[in-house]
Amino acid sequence: MAEAETKEKQVKPILPFLHVPENPDEKPYLAGNKCTSCGATYLGARMACSKCFSTEPMEEVKLSDKGELHVFSIVHQSAPGIPTPYVAAIVDLPEGVSVRCNIEGVEPDPKNLEFGMAVEMYTETVHTDSDGTETIAFKFRPAK
Amino acid sequence: MRDVVMVGAGMIKFGRYPEKGVQELAAQAALLAMQDAGVTMKDIELLASGNLYQASATVGQRILKEIGQTGIPVINVANACATGSTAYREAYMAVASGAYDVAMAVGSEQMGKMGLLGGGGASTGTISPEGIVGSGLMPAVFGQAGVEHMRNHGTTAEQFAKIAVKNHKHSMHNPYSQYQVEMSLEDVMNARTVAWPNTLYMCCPTGDGAAAAILMSTEKAKQYTSEPVKVLTSTLTSDPYTERDLTMPDVNTLTKNASKLAYEDAGVGADDLDLVELHDCFATAEMLHYENLGLCDEGEAGKLIDDKETYVGGKIPVNASGGLLSKGHPLGATGVANIIEIYWHIKGQAGNRQVEGAKTGLAHVIGLGSACTIHILQK
Repeated sequence: MAEAETKEKQVKPILPFLHVPENPDEKPYLAGNKCTSCGATYLGARMACSKCFSTEPMEEVKLSDKGELHVFSIVHQSAPGIPTPYVAAIVDLPEGVSVRCNIEGVEPDPKNLEFGMAVEMYTETVHTDSDGTETIAFKFRPAK
Repeated sequence: MRDVVMVGAGMIKFGRYPEKGVQELAAQAALLAMQDAGVTMKDIELLASGNLYQASATVGQRILKEIGQTGIPVINVANACATGSTAYREAYMAVASGAYDVAMAVGSEQMGKMGLLGGGGASTGTISPEGIVGSGLMPAVFGQAGVEHMRNHGTTAEQFAKIAVKNHKHSMHNPYSQYQVEMSLEDVMNARTVAWPNTLYMCCPTGDGAAAAILMSTEKAKQYTSEPVKVLTSTLTSDPYTERDLTMPDVNTLTKNASKLAYEDAGVGADDLDLVELHDCFATAEMLHYENLGLCDEGEAGKLIDDKETYVGGKIPVNASGGLLSKGHPLGATGVANIIEIYWHIKGQAGNRQVEGAKTGLAHVIGLGSACTIHILQK
């Protein structure tokens, strides 16, 4: 239908804490929630603070797209249909939040990865539905 | 709370039993445990049944339909990899509370070759984040946990591999182990990598299995045995808040907290232990738990395995059974089986793998999500 053809491309994040701004000029970002009582910060939403149990509403914070590599594994065997090998990592962000992610842009070999190395987030389309809706995911790569 | 003793154990060889129902495997173990204790279904006052993959299918009641429907209360338990040990704790609590004198715990699982566990996560639909946004699969999770130990303490991939060499060697003397294959360090290190630094032989296999235990009050046990084994503590914890726990399950703080509580409750320390069965779902995990359970100082775990102190015959034998790496890890059965291994050593019934003179032993299990159980048994 003509209406559908003029409709803007739909983009949805792979996980709910990846926020996609309505303005296409703004980059998607990871959203955290910060406890207003103790400062503990969570990736995504929590009903209450798991650290201090405060039930006050949390403050949404835009998390940095730069972090450092905490640890990793090189996955050579995964669930059926998932391409291997890849770097499955834990990245620490300056807000005190850690993120589970893939590290791209390096050959998946331990010798290419250093503890504490600077990494940066980027997003890319990882799936397109039959109706054209794109799923975007966040990934990290060595910081330029 | 009153003292609780263990008076009977039963286990089937872990393996693959596609032709049987899981309740049959569990019933076999239950009959063996009752025979060992010298009781029948008429004496059992409560059944706690641990099974994860059929958690909604009343496995406990199905066991009783195989061996005796006496109308007793049945508790079906699911608690990740700590399912069996949590069922054991339910039986323990039933007796310790004074409400029941005789309780049975049965752990069972039929996994077949179900493949890797974990993964998934809160996707927004359409596609799974697994492999795109890191990995929630157990090999990667425990790979990362091992790599964190490398980062903190300079541990090497070879040291992790040595743990697998030890457990596979121990398995040669355990007829209940699914795999009994001795391997060299080269065999382990040259096997294909599943999730670095864990190679194939550093990952526990899936499998089917069942194990059962009979618990009684000290007073009641006098009717059946002059040598009951005391259950000094049955400790269960969940994961406390730590900064990375929600992203990277913090199995270290989880186990450290549980072991502190367990040692306090039991009135013994790590130095008093003659053997330990701990949750070696991956070789990397065993390394971490040497320190988490206080078997050595922080950062000394690599040296402990280098010096072969955790072999049978060493200072503190760990996983004399061959561990999950050799036995397999039928989730619901694992926790009860670990406790039974300690029980057999204390009773002097562990055959060629017997830790001579074993009086006190600890069984540790973690389930990701997370749960930790520690049981300490004593002669």
